[in-house]
Amino acid sequence: MTAIEPALNARYALVVKKDCPTCELIAPLIPELVGAFGGLHVYVQDDPAFPDICDTIDDRELEFSWRQEIEIVPTLLRGSEGDGSQFDERIMGWDRAEWREFTGIGGLGESLPSHRPGCGSLTLAPGMPERLAARHTEFGARRIALASAEDDMESCFERGWTDGLPVVPPTPERVLRMLAGAGREADEIIGSIPPDRVPCSIEKLAINAIMAGCKPEYFPLVITAVEAALEDRFCMHGLLCTTYFSSPVVIVNGPAAQHVGMNSGINALGQGNRANATIGRALQLIIRNVGGGLPGGIDRAAMGNPGKYTYCFAEDESDPDWPSLAMDRGFAREDSVVSLFAGEGLQAIVDQQSRTPESLAGSFAASLRTVAHYKLFGLCDAILVVSPEHHRVLREAGWTKGTLREELYRLLRVPGQNLVRGAGGVAEGMPARLADRNLDKYRRDGLHIVSLGGRAGMFSAIIGGWVAAGERGSQLVSRKLEEESA
Amino acid sequence: MTSTTLLDPTAELQPVERQLTPRLASLAGATVGLLDISKPRGREFLDEVEFLLAEEGATVKRYSKPTFTRVAPRPLLQQISADCDAVVEALAD
Repeated sequence: MTAIEPALNARYALVVKKDCPTCELIAPLIPELVGAFGGLHVYVQDDPAFPDICDTIDDRELEFSWRQEIEIVPTLLRGSEGDGSQFDERIMGWDRAEWREFTGIGGLGESLPSHRPGCGSLTLAPGMPERLAARHTEFGARRIALASAEDDMESCFERGWTDGLPVVPPTPERVLRMLAGAGREADEIIGSIPPDRVPCSIEKLAINAIMAGCKPEYFPLVITAVEAALEDRFCMHGLLCTTYFSSPVVIVNGPAAQHVGMNSGINALGQGNRANATIGRALQLIIRNVGGGLPGGIDRAAMGNPGKYTYCFAEDESDPDWPSLAMDRGFAREDSVVSLFAGEGLQAIVDQQSRTPESLAGSFAASLRTVAHYKLFGLCDAILVVSPEHHRVLREAGWTKGTLREELYRLLRVPGQNLVRGAGGVAEGMPARLADRNLDKYRRDGLHIVSLGGRAGMFSAIIGGWVAAGERGSQLVSRKLEEESA
Repeated sequence: MTSTTLLDPTAELQPVERQLTPRLASLAGATVGLLDISKPRGREFLDEVEFLLAEEGATVKRYSKPTFTRVAPRPLLQQISADCDAVVEALAD
């Protein structure tokens, strides 16, 4: 017996285990094989003292067996001509005629039965394939071995990897499961993550997605959200650095939202749904851990907002005649689309009295005017979140989404003299030179409308945007999931 | 508790140590760039800095970023480093 080494230079190798009657059966043939081949490496999966008639290589760690994808013992492997490191031919179990042909030894195993099936390789024992992959996969990321007394959850806190809440420890097993959900190569670089502008692999995303609590089926949405965040139009770097409240808000449209069980109904903007909670959180952890965007460091938010833990939801698309946010952005109903908006917390609009769309639009507009400041116009975008009960008021009167949007723009055009600095006794406001113009609260592409929420409650809401909207700052970006991962 | 292995979620960056550019012995005759990052009142602040630098005998060149929300474009940085011996950035509003 010798310690396992990368002894791959032999042209033949035999993989056996003691706990296999067929391996016991063929063991006496080994000296004959050694003589004929001029050498044979015998790898043993369970007891390196077996068989006691030859030198063996201890493969109880199963690394060789795993790398050679052994399924049955015994397996006899043959290397290709000229390069003994590759074993590209193999036979499994015992079949006398097959072994004679494979080895070229005419009288091999005359006294043995003509055939016997082999046994299952230990590499395929329950749970073992995953453990072996975790142990032997060469990750791009550094492996960190915790001391036996270290608590894995606490060690994530101590290393500064969390947003303040516990994370799921990113073990190799878990990361491999996440990567299996990607449909992408682990070492593929998807872009540079701000603020440190660090090239980031799919594998790094998977590690952080695990920590956020994602299931593998969420991972394509996480990848798409990160890709959206990296689009120049979104301006993630500036959004992270700003003293303002805002941070990425993730909106998911299309079948993928339903496939992973996202919430667009009761409490859709609140807690309680794993996909909503963890997809948004994964994006934040990636910015923190890969990009180096730490609060108080590059993240200069004066107050921040609770959505910086996670801010992710799906849209209610149950009204087939009402275009979704993704459709407003040029996608089809059947596309799965992730949109990112630079937004802050939630502002409520209570209106339990309006039964006409004109009245309701008046409520919406008056509330929308106050985003950031009631006298600051054209600075930020907003998302109007329409509840089902308000949606019903609009629909029963025959209003479309387009009608609503145009009415809001009309109501949100205000004479500059009411908005300039000092007007109404308030110093904040627009520059005096704009006093003679009519000003729009929102730029033309800056007022977005989504539908969601529980069936009861005549409440809608506003997600106010960053005060640097448009080309000089952030614009809403929408990105379709790649087909193979959708 | 058995020993656990974790995969590093961070960028695993090892920042390159860079040497500081040699300090100017005197402002007299030096060319100093003033970079306005396009935040409100940055221009007024830099006007004052320009006045003070001129008093010290420096030649001042003015630059500005297209928007404060994004990092300065590389060509701008290259131009400043080619034109100037030192640079002052107006960061805050």
